[in-house]
Amino acid sequence: MTPGRWLGRAFAILILIVFVLFFIVPLVWLVLAPTKTDRQLLLEMPFAFGSFETLAANWTTLVTFQKGLIWTWIGNSAFYCLAALAITLIISIPAGYAMALTEFRGRRALLAATLIVMLVPSTALVLPIFLELSAVKLIGNPLAAILPFSFFPFGVYLTYIYFSTAISRDLLDAARVDGANEFQVFTKIAMPLATPVIALVGFFNFTGNWNNYFLPYVTLPGRKSPVQVGLAELLSNVPAFNPTNAASTTISLSSLALGTLLAIAPVLIVFLFAQRYLVSGMTAGGIKG
Amino acid sequence: MTTLDQSTARSTTSGRKAKGQRHSIERAQGRMGTAFVSLYTLFLLAFGVLPALYAIYLAFTKKGAFVGIDNFLKVFKDYRFWPAVEHVGIFLVVWLIMLVILVVLLSLLVHSIGIRWLSTGTRFLFYIPGALAGASSVMLWLFVLDPTVSPVGFLLRAFGSTSLVDAVQVDRLPFVLAVIAFWTGAGGWIVVMYGALNNIPKDVIEAARVDGARPIRIAWSIQIPLMRKWIAYMVIMSFAGGTQLFVEPRVLSQASRGVVGQDYSLNQLAFLYAFKQSDFNGSAAISLMLLAVALGLSVYFVFKGGLFERV
Repeated sequence: MTPGRWLGRAFAILILIVFVLFFIVPLVWLVLAPTKTDRQLLLEMPFAFGSFETLAANWTTLVTFQKGLIWTWIGNSAFYCLAALAITLIISIPAGYAMALTEFRGRRALLAATLIVMLVPSTALVLPIFLELSAVKLIGNPLAAILPFSFFPFGVYLTYIYFSTAISRDLLDAARVDGANEFQVFTKIAMPLATPVIALVGFFNFTGNWNNYFLPYVTLPGRKSPVQVGLAELLSNVPAFNPTNAASTTISLSSLALGTLLAIAPVLIVFLFAQRYLVSGMTAGGIKG
Repeated sequence: MTTLDQSTARSTTSGRKAKGQRHSIERAQGRMGTAFVSLYTLFLLAFGVLPALYAIYLAFTKKGAFVGIDNFLKVFKDYRFWPAVEHVGIFLVVWLIMLVILVVLLSLLVHSIGIRWLSTGTRFLFYIPGALAGASSVMLWLFVLDPTVSPVGFLLRAFGSTSLVDAVQVDRLPFVLAVIAFWTGAGGWIVVMYGALNNIPKDVIEAARVDGARPIRIAWSIQIPLMRKWIAYMVIMSFAGGTQLFVEPRVLSQASRGVVGQDYSLNQLAFLYAFKQSDFNGSAAISLMLLAVALGLSVYFVFKGGLFERV
């Protein structure tokens, strides 16, 4: 290898290492921070491990904050996201199937509308949805999160792509010739083959909703908030960030870090286990069809 | 519409006897298809179309009476509006340049890693921060940006910041927001670009290599041109998403003792109109402008982008 090429390769490796560090260092820090006291956070090496006793103490501070408010928030998140997940699957999978493998009036229009709405960032509709929901007096009702969370055009599109590439119409026709009715064709032929796409739609829907901040922030204030909104609430009780705050219960920096970790734990776990699905799903999202 | 052609072709070839049966099957299919999409269509109307229509109604009325573009004029005259446009604009420029250069560079580099597990592993490490979208990623970055506790405090001090408030000064904020957005979102795009690179036939690359082309030359003349569609997709999606900026400046504003304004971005301003001034009409006017930008980009891309050829 010539020196020039050798240098080029070394440079490429260096860039990769720098960016791996960039993406990972904050996460590593976050995992270690709850094991330290605020004092240790300020003075010690950022990547030192504190102690399990401190972790336990931070845990106690966090879970006793306003009598376990954090659990209320996490419970809310779980309720909204799981309910939305169930509704999403019930409405998206048949819809994607029908658009891919049946003919009905308005199919192309519906497909085009799905694509367009899918590409509009969901935040663009938050305030309009808020205005609509407040007109029908649903603000503060769990439905104000669950229903908008269940509208997931990307899931319909993924299902559509999956069914139109993975299952041939001939297979379905063969079942019809054998006397299966349309509903049986769906439940007996299509559904058993649909597991991968159900997992994929479920994953994107659940993680997206769990991390959604803007919509529940405006539609579900107070104790009904999910954990993402709660986290920002927790922040206003951290004296380090709000020195003027005279609230009686305060949260330390390391407890806030622990809260952040707790809030992302479900999504992080799903991420770690669904890795393979993910990569295929990300590319399928806009595949040429 | 290949699928449609196939099914009509099939029905003409099938014999006459089968024709009656075909028709009844097609009718049954039509009924079934309609039934299957009905719930979804309902949601599409309720949470896609109707909110947009209602926002249009609110934006052009006041107390139920039609007022033309008064709400828009009022918003334009608001002293907070144009600075918010500027903030979002600068952020978009910084972020999109950063995103395009770095995502293309990193996906090319990851793609060139010959060892399979290493390449997969690297992509995964890039992708993990995606788990922290929304408030939690900003929360984490509050720590990273606070030189007193930051794991990279030495870097922040090198840039002259001694406190969080320093690190999020208004002139630095577009960069800070871009870095946060890049940290959470870039990994996903790198995975997408990697997929696009994998779709380039190996023999094309091999032929270029035989002709003596170096990796940089191959990237510039073959790989990047073939990734263009995907880069356009990324830019358009990110532009539309970036105009919506809300959670990052909101949480930063809460943590920075007001250094980051509550009216920093357009969505924050729309939020203030609705929640602080109880002016739903003004709020709808701002939301509608943002929605129009997103919708315009989306429609353009669906019909011209070439990624969704089935439509």
